[in-house]
Amino acid sequence: MLKAYMILSIILFSIGVVGLVSRRNIIVIYMSIELLLNAVNLSLIAISADLADSSAQVMSLIIIAIAGSEAALFMSLFVVLFRNKGSLDANLFDVLGDKHG
Amino acid sequence: MGDSLLLNILLLSPLLSATLIFLINTLVGHVKQYIFTFLALAGSGVSALFALYVSYNSYFENKLFVSHLFTWLDISHFSIEVALKADALSSFMILFVAPVSFLIHVYAAGYMHKDESYGRFFAYFNLFIFFMFLLVLADNPIVMFIGWEGVGLTSYSLIAFYFKDIKNTYAGNKAFIVNRIGDFGFLSALMLLFVMIGDDGFSFEAIFSNLGEINTPMLTLIALLLFVGAMGKSAQIPLFVWLPDAMAGPTPVSALIHAATMVTAGVYMVARFAPLYNITVNVSLFIAYIGAFSALFAAVVATRQYDIKKILAYSTMSQLGFMFMALGVGAYSTALFHMFTHAFFKALLFMGAGAIIVAFHHKQDIRELRGIRYSVPFISSMMFIASLTISAIPPLSAFFSKDAIMSALYASGHIDIFFIALIASLLTAFYMFRMIFVLFFSKGYQEGIQSNKSMIYPMAILTLLSVFAGVLNFPEIFGGNLQISHWLHLADKTIEMSHLQEILLMSLNTVLILGVIFYTYKRYAYTDKIEHENNTSLVANKFYIDELYNMMIVKPLNYLSGFFDKKISNSLIDNSINNLAFSYAKFGRLFSYIENGNVRFYALYILFGVVLVFVYLYWLLGATL
Repeated sequence: MLKAYMILSIILFSIGVVGLVSRRNIIVIYMSIELLLNAVNLSLIAISADLADSSAQVMSLIIIAIAGSEAALFMSLFVVLFRNKGSLDANLFDVLGDKHG
Repeated sequence: MGDSLLLNILLLSPLLSATLIFLINTLVGHVKQYIFTFLALAGSGVSALFALYVSYNSYFENKLFVSHLFTWLDISHFSIEVALKADALSSFMILFVAPVSFLIHVYAAGYMHKDESYGRFFAYFNLFIFFMFLLVLADNPIVMFIGWEGVGLTSYSLIAFYFKDIKNTYAGNKAFIVNRIGDFGFLSALMLLFVMIGDDGFSFEAIFSNLGEINTPMLTLIALLLFVGAMGKSAQIPLFVWLPDAMAGPTPVSALIHAATMVTAGVYMVARFAPLYNITVNVSLFIAYIGAFSALFAAVVATRQYDIKKILAYSTMSQLGFMFMALGVGAYSTALFHMFTHAFFKALLFMGAGAIIVAFHHKQDIRELRGIRYSVPFISSMMFIASLTISAIPPLSAFFSKDAIMSALYASGHIDIFFIALIASLLTAFYMFRMIFVLFFSKGYQEGIQSNKSMIYPMAILTLLSVFAGVLNFPEIFGGNLQISHWLHLADKTIEMSHLQEILLMSLNTVLILGVIFYTYKRYAYTDKIEHENNTSLVANKFYIDELYNMMIVKPLNYLSGFFDKKISNSLIDNSINNLAFSYAKFGRLFSYIENGNVRFYALYILFGVVLVFVYLYWLLGATL
């Protein structure tokens, strides 16, 4: 059974990565990040069940809690970003890079 | 007073006065002119007195003055000592260099009177005689070379003294650059000597005692290169082109540097290396021929010059040619004796020319200066005597020196050189008296400014010297015993000649020269012949030598440096370095594409990184498991 869970986890993680890289909407990017986190959670829980060791489940609960607070932070970030540029297109926020490139 | 201290003072007093004049001139404004005059005359006067004392002792008591100043370099076996040594040859040199320098200083004080750069002039002037003494008194060729370069440098700054006129600066540059070519020869010869026999010390004595260790081709090369140095300094073919242009400087400069002292440095140097030139017979012969052609060439060119100073410049070159002829056939002390008398009468001629130039509003063309005898009677009579002297009329001093040269040439068996010398000496009489007759023996009258007393007195002294200096080296035929030659005891070749031959030669010379003077008198005195001379001929254009050098050396060099500037420096080196920099920038821009500031891409890169780490880990584990 562990193998199936792990495959599911990998699939979820891959979808998350693809969403993170390819989508331009910041909210969707955020959703992809959540997907990544949850893929990790899933694999943690599956391994924990397989090893009959509950400490990993505690860890994943903490991750869910942190993801929740992170969600609140992200929401406020969205608002700020939207106020600045009037859009949530990730390509508009490229001030890190070399404009001449 | 210690002997070494004496030499040191002799050498350093002009340097001290030059430094003082320089400091006062630059630091203090509005200095009274007599302060400079006092300093300059004190510096050169002290030197002149001491020089006379040194030569007196050297002549009568064969005393050798040495002074060790300091050790310049001391590297294991090799050391360069800055040492002075006044042997017979050096004493003989300072015997006329120092007093003539002093006299010209006195003259210059009158000539440069109220000049705006009075202080600067005397700073250079005293610096020059310091370097000249260093050249003459040096105990080894390296110190001599310092003096050699020093006189070249001061000569440059004095030629270009009135630097506001760009032509003077060009003349200075020309003198300096042509001299550099000669210096290159001198320096190369010194390096070769050093490589060959530098281990056992490098004083003149050590060099001459070790000459036998060098093989003949190398000795020939060294002798030849040394003579290239002499060519440059003493204005011989082919490095003479600077001397006529050097007349751009003030006239005392021409008198001191380009007649009496510096140009004789080449002659002195060859005489100093007499032991070397006695071995390398071929080079000596070459020197004689160069001297002969220079003497003839300069004499021919001088017959068609109109600038009073240029005539004298070519005459200097011609007389130096005589000296080199004598050196070439091994009559070293004869050459030096002619240099001795030449210093007096040529300095006198230049002083006279300078006095005339000052008196007649800086006109230098003899065609514009006609009929001036009655307004400058003293100067004209002194110049007349000097012209008689340079034409070797007995019993004036140059008669003895030039006749000794002619006898030596005749006795050496090189009849071709003898005839060239004869023609050159006849031409000497011609061009000198052409100048004299045009200047003084013509109708008309020009009012001149009265000359300064300090210009007339040195001329009078030099007139006496140029009349009577011949007594010092009376030939045997007149009951003398060639004191100077005995004193110098150089490695002269002995001259085999009967008294009858010598007398015949002398009388023939004298008669021919008198004939030439008479012909010149008929041709130029009280006629307008000078106005109708053809100015387009080969001679009047100095055989187009300047133009030839321009075409053969200056233009190609100019082109070559242009080529290096535009093609090599700009196109090749600059462009390749720029291209390197630009391609580097382009390459950098390639990387800047991936750094586009878009967070999503960064996430992708992180992903790549993580994947790579995992691949690596897998490979690592796979290897161990």
